[in-house]
Amino acid sequence: MNTFEATRLVAAREIRVKLRDRTFLISTLFFLLIAAAATILPPMLSGGPSTVAVTEAAAGPLRQAGLEVRVVADDAAAEQAVRDGDADAAVVAGPVVLAMNDAPNDVVSALSSAPPVRLLNPDAVEPVVAFLVPFAFAFIFFITSQTFGVQIAQSIIEEKQTRIVEILVAAVPVRALLAGKMLAGTLLALGQIGLVALVAVAGMAFGDSNQLLSLLGPAIGWFVPFFLLGFVLIASMWAAAGALVNRLEDIGGVSMPVQLAVMLPFFAVIFLNDNAGAMRVLSYLPFSSPTAMPLRLFNGDAAVWELFASLALLLVAAVGFLLAGSRVYEGSLLRTNGRTSIRTAWRERETLS
Amino acid sequence: MTTVLRLDGIDRSFGDRQVLKNVSFDVVAGRMTGFVGGNGAGKTTTMRIILGVLAADAGRVTWGAQPLNRSIRGRFGYMPEERGLYPKMSVREQVVYLGRLHGMSAEGARRATDTLLERIGLGERGDDLLETLSLGNQQRAQIAAALVHDPEVLVLDEPFSGLDPLAVDTILAVLRERAAAGAPVLFSSHQLDVVERLCDDLVIIADGAIRAAGSREQLRASSATRRFELVVDTDAGWLRDHPGVSLVDLDGARAVFDLAADTDEQPVLHAALARGPVRAFRPVTPSLAEIFREVTQ
Repeated sequence: MNTFEATRLVAAREIRVKLRDRTFLISTLFFLLIAAAATILPPMLSGGPSTVAVTEAAAGPLRQAGLEVRVVADDAAAEQAVRDGDADAAVVAGPVVLAMNDAPNDVVSALSSAPPVRLLNPDAVEPVVAFLVPFAFAFIFFITSQTFGVQIAQSIIEEKQTRIVEILVAAVPVRALLAGKMLAGTLLALGQIGLVALVAVAGMAFGDSNQLLSLLGPAIGWFVPFFLLGFVLIASMWAAAGALVNRLEDIGGVSMPVQLAVMLPFFAVIFLNDNAGAMRVLSYLPFSSPTAMPLRLFNGDAAVWELFASLALLLVAAVGFLLAGSRVYEGSLLRTNGRTSIRTAWRERETLS
Repeated sequence: MTTVLRLDGIDRSFGDRQVLKNVSFDVVAGRMTGFVGGNGAGKTTTMRIILGVLAADAGRVTWGAQPLNRSIRGRFGYMPEERGLYPKMSVREQVVYLGRLHGMSAEGARRATDTLLERIGLGERGDDLLETLSLGNQQRAQIAAALVHDPEVLVLDEPFSGLDPLAVDTILAVLRERAAAGAPVLFSSHQLDVVERLCDDLVIIADGAIRAAGSREQLRASSATRRFELVVDTDAGWLRDHPGVSLVDLDGARAVFDLAADTDEQPVLHAALARGPVRAFRPVTPSLAEIFREVTQ
């Protein structure tokens, strides 16, 4: 059994077990619903053109402006239609625009001549979107790396706790075990955010947010490699943490540093996302770059070489953590008495032949 | 020439505590070898070293004169002392999985699993989650996990502990089959009566050192203290004064005695016959428990 083949088998088992896990399926469904709701609902709620109650004589310019015209007998009937809620607005003699409590801009502009407008930065991001997008990126990375990282740790502990690890280690190389788990976690995480992204893109297309889509496209595209490497970084820490304990109940004690390594960058990106200097720093730090760098790209602050530089830094960090994580994993996997210290695991690695 | 799994001068320490001291013994193909020792004597450590789960500090393990490596060990079957499979997977699924980890094809692993589960009486429960099985059935599943890839060598740590007598018979039959097919079977146990019933060869370990190793008969013969039992019709107390005899037990007409090395047993029998009828005169072979006590003391 070579390492590659063993890795594949281990990963296949992990994925199979996860795909039968009801909690996992429900949480995936939940994310998909959120993604669909967030992209489809806002355009729908902002509503279509206003309905205008008007006499036939005055209906012409309103029809031309694409408003929904409701022809009434006279001005009194028009006013009544607005009061009854049958129309959003009415146009009566004057002309005067009637509405309940909110001036209907589309009706007003249909009746007036506006000066020509030239937008200097037509691609600029709306403030609401500019706030929501960083939050979404950071949130996806935070939730996914947390969920699947914990899952890797749990799967490692399960094998230690049930002692099946001894049979496994006798059959396949230890690094194949770890590699299989990391591979499965990464594929599942990517699969889940891939699905979410697909639903979000479809939702934006459906909700006529194509302009936002073209803005988000490159950021999403860059988010994928950053996410991948960032995930390996976090998952390596979870793997090491899982290997240090023997019972699921004990994971709390070793997971604190890992939690912090995920949480601090998350909040930093959320709170500092309008501070250019801070974001520049965050976009190079391996733990925050997976969210901070695609964001700077989205906001138009990052040059292409910066993306590659940050990605390279992240790659080095991810490989380093992966090697360190697997050393701790190998060093503590067969220590089934109580908690192993990182120092012991690091130094007294069993030389498995 | 028969193939041999040979341990040669194995040392192993944990920290400054040496748990194995120059451990050497053979496990011969086609024979069931019992590995006996008290708690903490070093049985599990030895087995882990054979399987490569632990590394030896010194010495080597060979199978058919070849030093063990991963691909050779891949053809070994191992049942660790601390039992465990995946609680939330079905029996069939995890036995197939372990078969595949040992290099079987998907189809081959499936077929072997079905046959094996049927053979050990788990055919009906194959699709149940492991955690829903009784403890005894979980043990059977564990055996299936060790046997699925039709291993060349079997190393089983306490395979019979926790099994009901019926399951012991089933498992035993399966192991005998494997041995008859030419696999060396090494199993540890602290239940001496079980080992006595099952094994062809015996290895006794105490404090990390091998105290005795060989076939059951050899060990019996070599550790026999030339003990005899005599049953006559009248009081056998006269034996006390017979030269070369030291009485171990005297109960009226029945006596158990040891003979000095230079004393033949036939004159004792003649002396007994001269006094009256002899109902029984036989050498007393020591039980495994007695051998064990003797060599480990």
